[in-house]
Amino acid sequence: MKKVLVIASLLVATVVNAQSKFEDAMTKGLGQFKDAKTAADLTDVSSFFERVGDAEKTQWLPYYYAALSLYRSAWVDKSVDKDKVADKCKDFITKAQVIENNADLYCLVQQVAILQMMVDPMSRWQTYGAQAKGALTDAKKADSTNPRIYYLQGMTTFNTPAAYGGGKDFAKPMFQKSVDLFKTYVPKPYYPNWGKEDAEKMLEACK
Amino acid sequence: MHPTTKWLFIIFMVFDATKPFAQTKVSGIVKDNHSRIIKGVTISIKGSYDGGASDSTGKFSFKCYDKGLQTIIVKSIGYKTVQQSIMLSGTPITINFSLHEEINELTAVTVTAGSFEAGDKKRAATVLNSLDVVTVGGANADITNALKTLPGAQQVGEQEGLFVRGGTGYETKQFIDGTMVANPYSASVPDIASRGRFSPFLFKGTVFSTGGYSAQYGQALSSAVILETIDLPESSQASASVSTVFVGAGLQELAKNKKSSWGINYGYTNLAFYFALVPQGPTYFHLPEFHSADANFRIKTKGGIIKYYTTFGASNIGIRRPNIDSFNLNNVYGIINYNWYNNLSWREYLGKGWHMNLGSSFSINTDKINLQIQNKLNQRVYTSISYIDSINTAITSYQNLSQVKAVFEKKLSGISAIRFGGEYWYGTAKSIVKDTNHLLTDNFASLFSEADIYLTNDLAAKVGVRGEYTSQVNQLNVAPRLSLAYKTGVHSQVSFAYGQFYQKPENSYYYYGNQNLGYVKATHYLLNYMRTTTLQTFRFEGFYKKYNNLIETPPTYQFDNRGSGYAQGLELFWRDKKSIQGLDYWVSYSYLDTKRQFDKYPSVITPTFAAKHTASLVVKRFFNQLNTGFNFTYNYASGRPYYYFQSTGNKYMIADEGTTKDYNTFGCSVNYLTKIKKSFVVLVGSVTNVFNSSNVYGYNYNHNGTYKQEINPPAPRFFFIGAFISWGVDKRQDAINNNL
Repeated sequence: MKKVLVIASLLVATVVNAQSKFEDAMTKGLGQFKDAKTAADLTDVSSFFERVGDAEKTQWLPYYYAALSLYRSAWVDKSVDKDKVADKCKDFITKAQVIENNADLYCLVQQVAILQMMVDPMSRWQTYGAQAKGALTDAKKADSTNPRIYYLQGMTTFNTPAAYGGGKDFAKPMFQKSVDLFKTYVPKPYYPNWGKEDAEKMLEACK
Repeated sequence: MHPTTKWLFIIFMVFDATKPFAQTKVSGIVKDNHSRIIKGVTISIKGSYDGGASDSTGKFSFKCYDKGLQTIIVKSIGYKTVQQSIMLSGTPITINFSLHEEINELTAVTVTAGSFEAGDKKRAATVLNSLDVVTVGGANADITNALKTLPGAQQVGEQEGLFVRGGTGYETKQFIDGTMVANPYSASVPDIASRGRFSPFLFKGTVFSTGGYSAQYGQALSSAVILETIDLPESSQASASVSTVFVGAGLQELAKNKKSSWGINYGYTNLAFYFALVPQGPTYFHLPEFHSADANFRIKTKGGIIKYYTTFGASNIGIRRPNIDSFNLNNVYGIINYNWYNNLSWREYLGKGWHMNLGSSFSINTDKINLQIQNKLNQRVYTSISYIDSINTAITSYQNLSQVKAVFEKKLSGISAIRFGGEYWYGTAKSIVKDTNHLLTDNFASLFSEADIYLTNDLAAKVGVRGEYTSQVNQLNVAPRLSLAYKTGVHSQVSFAYGQFYQKPENSYYYYGNQNLGYVKATHYLLNYMRTTTLQTFRFEGFYKKYNNLIETPPTYQFDNRGSGYAQGLELFWRDKKSIQGLDYWVSYSYLDTKRQFDKYPSVITPTFAAKHTASLVVKRFFNQLNTGFNFTYNYASGRPYYYFQSTGNKYMIADEGTTKDYNTFGCSVNYLTKIKKSFVVLVGSVTNVFNSSNVYGYNYNHNGTYKQEINPPAPRFFFIGAFISWGVDKRQDAINNNL
């Protein structure tokens, strides 16, 4: 009996330890992500999550954050080669999607497509605009209650000139839907939890 | 020990076993195989979270808590990952890495000598996409006019076609989804260039190759315009257009499952209204009138797409100009044209690295040309002066051409590939000139093979060979092609191309009796430097082209293949979308030195379609706040030579010659985008030759060469105002209604 207990406790301890090691890493990484100010901070965060992802192999979240932080770095430092950043982000997203495919990853696909479109919107909107649109359709199929889908949809619409069917009036109901969904949205620990304030701010801007 | 304490102790030990005992500092620098610093490289210890990333100076430094023999992994996208054993003992380690670039389609060198490629495959600053074509000021949304702003093309306006690097219009061929287009231009009257038959919006990619092109293409001595049609449309839409010269309507339907689509369009052009407002040089007894209808379907297959496109055109133009020998008489030229073009293609991935491209096309073209000498009362007359009366002719010509082409490609290791295939054409051309029948039948077959060999990411070669046989010439030709490209920097490269090109003689030579003519031949040598970033392109190219076996047409009508010639030159191109936010401009300049003996030319002289200096400036700017785009184009060409050839019995001599004045034209267009209720509207206004420069393309001579007359554009300027309306382009509104 004692032997069984020893073995059992050893197993539990190992699992708990591994689990807490991952959780510690996520807590640490998310803390750094929150505090990141410069593009270099964000790429460091990305590199950290990449290492966690590579070591874990079965967790999609580290790759998600590796991509998200890298994606954000391209908006902070406008001089970077956005296509290169996008390639790296897509690589992370693909790795994450092998583990689990979900609405948040599709949302990220959309964000990366928009990033690439912005390099040369006039000649790229046809290709990348379509990719972005397709990604949000996929996201809705995966989970139509994810509030970030409607926030991102709203952002694209908001930034599209009225002559192309965009503008405040069209974007407003999307932000409204996002804000409504955020009210009841409870993410699991370490799961994506951004966008609420952004959606509220944009809804205000549409008024 | 109390049992509980003991358990706690064990648990503590287990926890502690995974805790670090000591840490090792690892630092170093990461470079590529050219000793260039790489930033953002991830360095990690296998199976652990420890690691770091290289900074903007390539340096990295991190602490790791694992001990003993571990594996360090160094990786960056676009480079081969490096794994290396490392002994961690607590003593700081300095370790440097050199990463090798992966052979990758996005970063690899591309063979660019001779071609302007558009499309976002490489993400390089694209040269001309469909939007670019329609926003070249003064080009009136005509592909050929837009291509004339690129180096290599001449500003020839008295006939349609692209005259590239000392070549005639016949030496440039257009290919749609792999197959050659027999009649890419609308029917035209003498001295006035007509428009292309195809809308720029039909194509997603355009390659304008001014020499040295792939063994997949033949029967074009100077240039190939390679057009790739769009796949499935983004959404269903209906469209309509109204303008000063035409009206049109169309429908494009995308299936709900987004696996197939179909569409139809109809357009009617009539210049009656426009010509009533803007006086024209010649008088028209039948104002230009064009009907065009097209239809398409596209079906997505397992690993590819099947596409069909058909267009039918009917036109009628009748023009009357004073006869150059007698001012009491008029020359009358009437042309009725019917053209039906079909293209069916199938592109498929067959698995295991094999790709298949099948193409087929079928076209019928009928021209009914009526040439008359009329008096001032518009009555047909005979003067008993033979060279005037000989104008009274009726010509009816029927041409049809069927083609099939198959290309197979196998991807080899990395991005190297081999490609091979063949094509077969069957064409007939029947002409009835003054009740005399001429019938030409041609069976044409070709086989080709080429390999794309990537020796490294920085060095690539394309080696190909093409063999052709045409029954019209009854000879076999074998044409080798070779190009090399070497990457000299991250954004720059040098390429070289060599190739032999053959083309069968134009059909018209055969109308003067049985001619024993061989292929005309050109040999190209090109050297090109190119620097491309996402928003900028700089290109510099030098070329030498040798012409052999050109057709000579002496007054005896005993045509021969003894003509020859050369062309050499330098070309510059610069496009910049970066320096000024929102402004897109390009500059091109071509220097051309060319001489040839062919046609009536009695000696080796500069042809009438070759200007020494040609330059273009294209500027575009779109103002988001105004929803308006402004586009300007300036084209310049130095004067071109003109000649009067007089028969001396068995030869021609140059009885008169000269050079036209320089050619200048400044065109502009404005497009305004707006939404009216649920429809998306683009209003376009355009003017060619804003400053009313009087341009001379060349001269027509009277019978004995004592008097010459300028060949001018039919009107100095062309104005265009139109509205293009579409519904359902943007389904956002529907999307909102469906989703909220």
